[in-house]
Amino acid sequence: MLPNMLLQQLPVADWVESITNWLTNTLSGLFGFIQTVGQGLMDWMTNYLTWINPFVMIAIVVIGAFFISGRKLGLATFSLIGLLFVLNQDLWSDLMSTFTLVLISSLVSVVIGVPLGIWSSKSDRAQAVITPILDFMQTMPGFVYLIPAVAFFGIGVVPGVFSSVIFALPPTVRMTNLGIRQVPEELVEAAESFGSTGSQRLFKLDLPLAKNTIMAGINQTIMLSLSMVVMSSMIGAPGLGRGVLSAVQRAQVGTGFVNGISLVILAIIIDRYTQNINRLMSAESKAIDKDAKLKQMKVRRGVLIGSIVVIVVSAIVQAVMG
Amino acid sequence: MPVVEVKNLTKVFGRKTKAALEMVKDKKSKNEILRKTGSTVGVYDASFKVEKGEIFVIMGLSGSGKSTLIRLINRLIEPTDGSVMVDGDDIAKVDKDKLREIRRTKMSMVFQNFGLFPNRTILENTAYGLEIRGVEKEERNKRAGEALKNLHLYDFKDQLPSQLSGGMQQRVGLARALANDPEVLLMDEAFSALDPLIRKEMQDELLELQQKLQKTIIFITHDLNEALRLGDRITIMRDGQIQQIGTGEEILTTPANDYVKTFVQDVDYSRVLTAQNIMEPASLLNIQAEGPNIALRRMKHDKISMLLAVDRERKLQGVITAEAARDAKNTGKDLVDYLDTSIPTIAKDTTVNDIFNIIYDAKTPVAVTENGKVLGVVIRGSVIEALADEDAESIDTNDIVDVQPEKGDK
Repeated sequence: MLPNMLLQQLPVADWVESITNWLTNTLSGLFGFIQTVGQGLMDWMTNYLTWINPFVMIAIVVIGAFFISGRKLGLATFSLIGLLFVLNQDLWSDLMSTFTLVLISSLVSVVIGVPLGIWSSKSDRAQAVITPILDFMQTMPGFVYLIPAVAFFGIGVVPGVFSSVIFALPPTVRMTNLGIRQVPEELVEAAESFGSTGSQRLFKLDLPLAKNTIMAGINQTIMLSLSMVVMSSMIGAPGLGRGVLSAVQRAQVGTGFVNGISLVILAIIIDRYTQNINRLMSAESKAIDKDAKLKQMKVRRGVLIGSIVVIVVSAIVQAVMG
Repeated sequence: MPVVEVKNLTKVFGRKTKAALEMVKDKKSKNEILRKTGSTVGVYDASFKVEKGEIFVIMGLSGSGKSTLIRLINRLIEPTDGSVMVDGDDIAKVDKDKLREIRRTKMSMVFQNFGLFPNRTILENTAYGLEIRGVEKEERNKRAGEALKNLHLYDFKDQLPSQLSGGMQQRVGLARALANDPEVLLMDEAFSALDPLIRKEMQDELLELQQKLQKTIIFITHDLNEALRLGDRITIMRDGQIQQIGTGEEILTTPANDYVKTFVQDVDYSRVLTAQNIMEPASLLNIQAEGPNIALRRMKHDKISMLLAVDRERKLQGVITAEAARDAKNTGKDLVDYLDTSIPTIAKDTTVNDIFNIIYDAKTPVAVTENGKVLGVVIRGSVIEALADEDAESIDTNDIVDVQPEKGDK
């Protein structure tokens, strides 16, 4: 056996292939179901987003940017110019598809990643198992995930989300784990000494204190899933990535640049948005003055209601105009 | 009946616990045990009883196992062996639910660095123990509010811990522990992170509260004078083992072994006592308002030959001797012209050791000042008296603000 191993190539590729095949066949029902539901959900969302008048959408984003960045003009101006540029280049529906893809894969990553992070922070054994898997997931070239994704889900947006999630999951898990492990020992002792249960400790101490670190991880996850968008377009995921891909195939520098810059605009807006929301959330917990807290809440509620009204009105206007 | 009864409590950190315990029995040193077994003996064979309403102080230098011992009592650290009886339950053996129940209702802990939750307001921090017990919000805010009022903190209830000074934060820590209304209060170096003056204030406050509440308190400290001030009984620990248990008096007068003896002797009273311990009230003269006649009458009345001259704000200007006052009276000149400004001054925390050198070649008494204002005077006699009476009983340790028996402790 041993000399055999040294002389002959091990059929690792075959093994992986047959495992994938086996998975595809045995779980085809499940995969089919996820494919159908996911595709339906994302089509609906993209349709809704493109159905809203682009100008209304831009207005909402710009106004939102103005308020969450603490009434500064920087982000609002950037969003306005950037989004108008994308619209002008006739890439609006691609932008909305990409946004859907990023949003869904980030959501899935967070839903899976945060609990995994909590688990690995509570158990050294879980951490010992999860960490190398995360290393593997992050260092393996993203393209490789596309192959099983196609095998499982065929082509389209769902395998795109699948590979994005694998690629973008690690930061959320790592940062959640880190944030909770960084809670000072004395505070953990204090919580324990008063007789907290595990979940009381988690929700009253660990998560609130780790919140900023976790949010930084989620921000990274969103950025990574955005970078995976171009790759997913190779397996038929719609969006700006497809433009980049076809520009590469046809050596069209100009088209490639325009699609690429649109992705950058989207990335910057999402990144600044999440950072500002994170900042607001921590500022809220620091606002001790009750009046200030109340005022802040009122402003935020105003913004929320305002944007809902705008969306609804625009929907009605759209419907009436045909 | 004792409230807390600790029997043969032992904690070994590491794997080879049996081997380590064998070596402790053979009186091997901590370092040797660590080298041979890789295990550290945190606490070995500790037994004591704490009575209701007592302040029981456990003191030792860092590494003596005192912090481990207090954590064994509420099982933040799992004991290797032994028992901790509280109200008929052995904390070392009870199951998780029972342990939680005991922690929630019977004992609360106060931490060295306060252990306040930074994301919660003072009121929310104080109500934490009640909150996790499931007490309704209105009720728990009421009870937490009362605990805060007891410690004069109610006005700060909506602030965050980071907005309060260290002393106030620790009062919140104490209020949080008391809001639970526990029988036993565990205080782990609770005042060690505070500066000396605040620490003394907190000690007074604790003693005052204790008179009212009559809790059973187990108090950890590395400061002998804090132990002597607070403790009804004191335990001295070294290398995880109890050296002596007794009242402060017993520890000072009849030390059980050489370690305790050197420990107590290490307190060099000439370095411990400061100007404020031995100073006397000064006879003052307001140089801006009072003249030579008043000066002479006051000297006669106080039976002294000089007065400290101050301005309206009690700031030291100099010394007026009896001769100067008489000359001023005879010549009719202003008393200010006869002011002797060469009087030495010291701060109130100057040690007796240092005062001795100053007073040795001073002609006049030495003034104790703070920001220029006169607090009192130190005369030669009281310095000599303080240096002569180095035996423990004659020193009123209550006036000693800050002593650390050995340097390098945290």
